[in-house]
Amino acid sequence: MRLRLVPDETHIDFFKYRYATFGVSVVAMIASLILWLTVGLNFGIDFRGGTTLRTESSVAVDVGAYRDAMQPLNLGDVSISEVFDPSFGPDKHVAMIRVQAQDGQESVATDTVNRIEAALQQVDSTIRFTSVESVGPKVSGELIQTAFIAVGVSLAAILFYIWLRFEWQFSVGAVAALFHDVLLTVGIFSLLQIRFDLATIAALLTIIGYSINDTVVIFDRLRENLRKYKTMPLQDVMNLSVNETLSRTLMTSGTTLMALIALLVLGGDVIRGFVFAITWGVVVGTYSSVYVAKNIVLWLGVKRDWTKPDANKGNQFANIDA
Amino acid sequence: MLQIDLWKRILIWLVVAAGLLLALPNAFYSRVEGHNDAIASGVEDSTWPSYLPTGLVNLGLDLRGGAHLLAEVRVADVYESRMKGMWPEIRNRLRDAREQVGTIRLVEGKPDELRVRIGDADGMARAVQLVRDLARPVTTLTGAGASDIEVRAEGDILVVTLSEAERAATDDRTVRQSLEIIRRRIDEVGTREPTIQRQGADRILIQVPGIGSASELKQIIGTTAQLTFQPVVSRTASADASAGPGQEVLPSLDEEGVFYILEDTPVVTGEELVDAQPSFDQNGRPAVTFRFNPTGARKFGDYTAANIGNPFAIVLDDEVISAPVIQSHIAGGSGIITGNFSVEESTNLAVLLRAGALPAGLDFLEERTIGPELGADSIAAGKLACIVAFAGVLIFMVASYGLFGIFANLALLANVGLIFGLLSMIGATLTLPGIAGIVLTIGMAVDANVLVFERIREELKTARGPARAIELGYDRALSAIVDANITTFMIAVILFALGSGPVRGFSVTLGIGIVTSVFTAIWVTRLLIVMWFERRRPKTIEV
Repeated sequence: MRLRLVPDETHIDFFKYRYATFGVSVVAMIASLILWLTVGLNFGIDFRGGTTLRTESSVAVDVGAYRDAMQPLNLGDVSISEVFDPSFGPDKHVAMIRVQAQDGQESVATDTVNRIEAALQQVDSTIRFTSVESVGPKVSGELIQTAFIAVGVSLAAILFYIWLRFEWQFSVGAVAALFHDVLLTVGIFSLLQIRFDLATIAALLTIIGYSINDTVVIFDRLRENLRKYKTMPLQDVMNLSVNETLSRTLMTSGTTLMALIALLVLGGDVIRGFVFAITWGVVVGTYSSVYVAKNIVLWLGVKRDWTKPDANKGNQFANIDA
Repeated sequence: MLQIDLWKRILIWLVVAAGLLLALPNAFYSRVEGHNDAIASGVEDSTWPSYLPTGLVNLGLDLRGGAHLLAEVRVADVYESRMKGMWPEIRNRLRDAREQVGTIRLVEGKPDELRVRIGDADGMARAVQLVRDLARPVTTLTGAGASDIEVRAEGDILVVTLSEAERAATDDRTVRQSLEIIRRRIDEVGTREPTIQRQGADRILIQVPGIGSASELKQIIGTTAQLTFQPVVSRTASADASAGPGQEVLPSLDEEGVFYILEDTPVVTGEELVDAQPSFDQNGRPAVTFRFNPTGARKFGDYTAANIGNPFAIVLDDEVISAPVIQSHIAGGSGIITGNFSVEESTNLAVLLRAGALPAGLDFLEERTIGPELGADSIAAGKLACIVAFAGVLIFMVASYGLFGIFANLALLANVGLIFGLLSMIGATLTLPGIAGIVLTIGMAVDANVLVFERIREELKTARGPARAIELGYDRALSAIVDANITTFMIAVILFALGSGPVRGFSVTLGIGIVTSVFTAIWVTRLLIVMWFERRRPKTIEV
């Protein structure tokens, strides 16, 4: 007996609630945008400069004591948070400390780090610094720029490729879906205040890659069916295509999600943010392929006449054989 | 129907076998690493069979621990010393023409220009002409026809600055010199596989695994290296050659097995070298010109006059860079080194000659230290996640597709082997996001197979017989597979082009994963299915 995520044949009408689903997507996008602009992203030092220290100690972390110890150093904005992970043993206590970029410093000063380390050692003699990272404001500005360029270039490349391989309506639909995925990911990062750094940008691009993969598979089937069922209404052809590929869509999302969830739970806290972004993106991306990309193509309409002009008909020369 | 040519079959198996063989050393990571280190230090080592490949996937800093620095070279520092170095020459030149230009005096100006007040303003045109004659063509590999200085008159003041082309060439040289010096210094410490790369116009990325902290690394880069010019006693092939009192045996830098016996006391040291530039000799062959400061020039002049025909050695960090023969008395503190150089080699030698001290200061823009225990934790977590993800996907595939699922799983195993094989072959760096990339690939790699199997299922409903259904399944799923993977591959390329460090590591594994997963899904599973089909000839199949 085979495992079937969906029955062999499905006839789900994916457009039945299209206003509702599309509406939800639009509302979610607007909400993400508002969250992004009001609450804002919790940028890591990659994007705003500064220093992060990861501490490890055999004694429980006392955030208040850490803060008091660092108070006299006058470092400006300091954030201290304890890190929890199921893989930590009972005598392993980890904290992340982030210090803003110091005023008037383009580059990174070693003595700042040394002073912080010394101050914390006063509080807890067993403390160790398992990672210390500093990024100067000069570089972080460039990194933001590069990140935006990367996302922009990716979207443009995909727009162009899909247009080349399919029709322009498809490429608009696909890119709208990708935009939706990226925005929703940025939204959830704003909402949950997960650290947004370079790895998150990589995750965003991976989401774009995964989501486009999913969209293209459906589009490919749609293109095939459009040629096969020339008179069927567009909406029905779309429904048919999605139904035919539904089993594959869920299988692939299923295996990918399974792998990602393993990583999310067991992969350690260092990459949790990164993996979370991708996991979220796979869910949103699967949804957007079915509900966003297709709706836009339906709304834009698509060329239905795929036949090549008949060489023997309607040209200016008389057909001698006839 | 369902035919695959024999040569294709052989090729497929060969690729898979080669991939697995290349991946094999990674399964015995520490053993192979120890073996490689032993070989690199010239020790015989039999812990790893010599007929097996020894390439390993490099572990990134986030996995191995170590320090990362991004340094910016203050390229403008060099303009000042260049201008200062030019003053004596200009002064002598103008002094010789005193009747026409009058008295000359250096006046204060910006550090990157030279301002000279001319006593007789009428002689300005002549003075400009005289100084302009000192200009040399800019020496670059691209060979632009510009001259190195610009001379103009501002009232009774003569202003000399470096030209744009010369500044660009100087900047490039400065960064290359810094890079070379940093590389030498880090090599001196003897850490394993440091990465020292130029980034952009004036930046240098330094990654050293296994070092305690970034500040330790900064100390290494900050110390001065020693450059000396020493008389050569003789040349030998053995490091154990007996050296007389006041002599030492030093190895050659680029010729293996060549050693020089040298006088201990250097004639001149690098501190007295002002400049070294790539240039050409009178026959138009690439050469290197160098210049000493006055004291160095006098010592060097006296020595060369007394030792024409003898070789002297240019020694850096106890290695002989080269040992040219003194062709003539070198007075005036500048000389030329000729040899069988290409333009590139002479450029490199000039870089090496100047490699005594950093040509300009460094600003550190980014520094990261990752402790080895954190990296070890990440590896352990990544491994566990990989195994669980792998097992989950394998079970899921068999449950869904039965026998065909097993074929897909075999292909998936081959796929992971190929990923590691390719990563080892190109010496790529595996980072923590890279592990995530592999896990993601495991999840996504089955996608191509899922597409094919789902298609076969559909075709089974309409097609005549299983063989036809399998064939149609592969044919019709192909366009979706290709389009889907090309778009993802484009993303990997963009990530590689724009990303750095861990992100770039992720893009490499993602890109390689796409290539191998398409290969294994389209060719390996197909071959497995065809071979199974040929043996069994089933009347009906269930996918």
